[in-house]
Amino acid sequence: MSSLLEINNLQASVGDKPILKGLSLSIQPGEVHAIMGPNGSGKSTLSYVLSGKDGYDIGGGSMHLDGQDLADMEPEERAIAGMFLAFQYPLEIPGVTNMTFLKASLNAVRRGRGEDEIDAAQFLRLAREKARALGVDDEMLKRPLNVGFSGGEKKRNEILQMAVLEPRLAILDETDSGLDIDALKTVAEGVNALRAPERGMLLITHYQRLLDFVKPDVVHVMANGRIVKSGGPELALELEASGYADYIDEAVHA
Amino acid sequence: MSEAKSSVNRETVEQVNKFGGEHYKYGFSTDVAADKAPLGLNEDIVRFISAKKEEPEWLLEWRLDAYQRWCTMDEPDWAHVDFPQIDFQDLCYYAAPKSMEDSPKSLDEVDPELLRTYEKLGIPLIEQEMLAGVRKVAVDAVFDSVSVGTTFRDELAKQGIIFCSFSEAVKEHPDLVKKYLGSVVPKSDNYYAALNSAVFSDGSFVYIPPGVRCPMELSTYFRINEANTGQFERTLVIADRDSYVSYLEGCTAPMRDENQLHAAVVELVALEDAEIKYSTVQNWYPGDADGKGGIYNFVTKRGDCREARARISWTQVETGSAVTWKYPSCILRGDDSSGEFYSIAISNNLQQVDSGTKMIHLGRDTSSKIISKGISAGRSSNVYRGQVSVHPKAEKARNFTQCDSLLIGDKCAALTVPYIEAKNRGAVLEHEATTSKISDDQMFFCRQRGLDPEESVALIVNGFCRDVLQNLPMEFAVEAQKLVGISLEGSVG
Repeated sequence: MSSLLEINNLQASVGDKPILKGLSLSIQPGEVHAIMGPNGSGKSTLSYVLSGKDGYDIGGGSMHLDGQDLADMEPEERAIAGMFLAFQYPLEIPGVTNMTFLKASLNAVRRGRGEDEIDAAQFLRLAREKARALGVDDEMLKRPLNVGFSGGEKKRNEILQMAVLEPRLAILDETDSGLDIDALKTVAEGVNALRAPERGMLLITHYQRLLDFVKPDVVHVMANGRIVKSGGPELALELEASGYADYIDEAVHA
Repeated sequence: MSEAKSSVNRETVEQVNKFGGEHYKYGFSTDVAADKAPLGLNEDIVRFISAKKEEPEWLLEWRLDAYQRWCTMDEPDWAHVDFPQIDFQDLCYYAAPKSMEDSPKSLDEVDPELLRTYEKLGIPLIEQEMLAGVRKVAVDAVFDSVSVGTTFRDELAKQGIIFCSFSEAVKEHPDLVKKYLGSVVPKSDNYYAALNSAVFSDGSFVYIPPGVRCPMELSTYFRINEANTGQFERTLVIADRDSYVSYLEGCTAPMRDENQLHAAVVELVALEDAEIKYSTVQNWYPGDADGKGGIYNFVTKRGDCREARARISWTQVETGSAVTWKYPSCILRGDDSSGEFYSIAISNNLQQVDSGTKMIHLGRDTSSKIISKGISAGRSSNVYRGQVSVHPKAEKARNFTQCDSLLIGDKCAALTVPYIEAKNRGAVLEHEATTSKISDDQMFFCRQRGLDPEESVALIVNGFCRDVLQNLPMEFAVEAQKLVGISLEGSVG
């Protein structure tokens, strides 16, 4: 089986500061991977580099989604190819309703894939159905995107966008941060509902908490710009008990 | 008696002409049959224009007086715009509507750039041909296609509504024209208004009788194929007591235009309990990327809430022209009258916009609201210039002003110049202003969701303008949204 996401010895820096220092990772369709690691280990950088944000220099290595070389692709091309990033800090866009944004996004992706745009009535049905499953009410769909949303609402909204776009690979960057336990459960249910045999997920998290609700197939420990250890779900529990200190030392002295 | 008087008048006129004829040795030589006035401006040219339009004596006198006043005035230099000196003696002030011979034979002969824009705006083919001035497009067919035609005028006439060209109004409704022309924007109001008063070409005239609610949006669109209104447009809208009218001016599609200087005057008069909504979409040629060849748009627009509880609302979407100098204003004369100004002004490349409004509170309990959204991109400059003035008798006057500027890129400029004058202690005036930029993070967020950079900018800017777009009549709003995107093309790298 060919990998959904294949990262090989990836190196990336901001200015002259190297952040990813030879990272390798491979995700098969249907798998959920979690990347855990201390602050500053490069977890968020990995999500930005994969999704194509400006400001990072790729120094070496490769990354492929479904066999397509990501390095040559614009962020919107990656989105059209099926890459989705749930942002740690979702952006506000004043004056653009949640609904308008969702529709513009879905149609942009469909156009990019050579599919017909969805009409207004169909879209409304789709959006309402997906929203209901996530406890997002109609009123929230009519509000300007993320403006005045609570932390929990913003994160739920990211999952709603994911549900509407149905990506091949979803990267969730610290989606659990800043959520109370009820919000965390709602988000986790949304994520679980999107697990599918053809879809891959990469959960980036600092804590074990989310993994109590979304059970990963593989857990990686990231430190100092590399994956330093991989294992099953039990690895997350180990980390919760012992902390990251061992890995930081190991990575620095490696 | 009256016969005697008129013969005296004729004699006098002849005499004067004789003297005048000598005095203007090189003067009144213009052939009245000519299609075009010679270059330059003098009394003879004003007479020529008036004669061409077969105007009554009083209007000629009115024009001549305006011309005399214009001669004593100086071009204003306070606006934050910069353009080469205009040689007013090097312009042509009258040209007959172009003959069909000069027009393109089909869309194949039309500038492809223009066609590309039409396509993006989703304008039907037959309207594209009309806008591009393609020869022999059946006007009736166009009108039929939007199901108006003659039934449209008949329906209005049944209710006593007058909607016609300005020239026609001068002939058919001289008393109304005489009563209201120049009553809001006096001849010598400003340099360009005086120029317009002397040489105005044509425009629209609207009169809504007492108690009538105009059943449709009146649009200049409907008379697009009537005589070329030219560069000095004159519009007069009168809403009599307790009447209502919504008037749409302009078009989202850029039209072919060979006149660089445009100096229009629009006067609105709202009587007791009347309401006028005036919406404009202006998308004239802004010049090339270096700013060459664009239109200079120096407009005077003013509404007079002349009696109690009158309401006037201006909504404008300004995306075109190289230089824009425009301040649609309201004189709140009647007690309890109100004025509103909603504006989106977009500047890209080297465009310069100096625009805003004036709200002059004269009556008691008058209120005004100003929402201005300025968007600057490229190397453009975008100024909001506004005045809120509360006169001593304007008890309990209220104003709310919100000026938001959005910058795209780092080579453009936005300025806000609000003047606030309160001469009554009871006035409540609020002013809010913000300046923001489209952040890289917002752009990345949109792109991560599949939108390309131009779609992302269009979406963010449309959100920024939402409060104003919502005020446009529905069919206009949809096109205006697309226009916002198109006018910012190329603004992101």
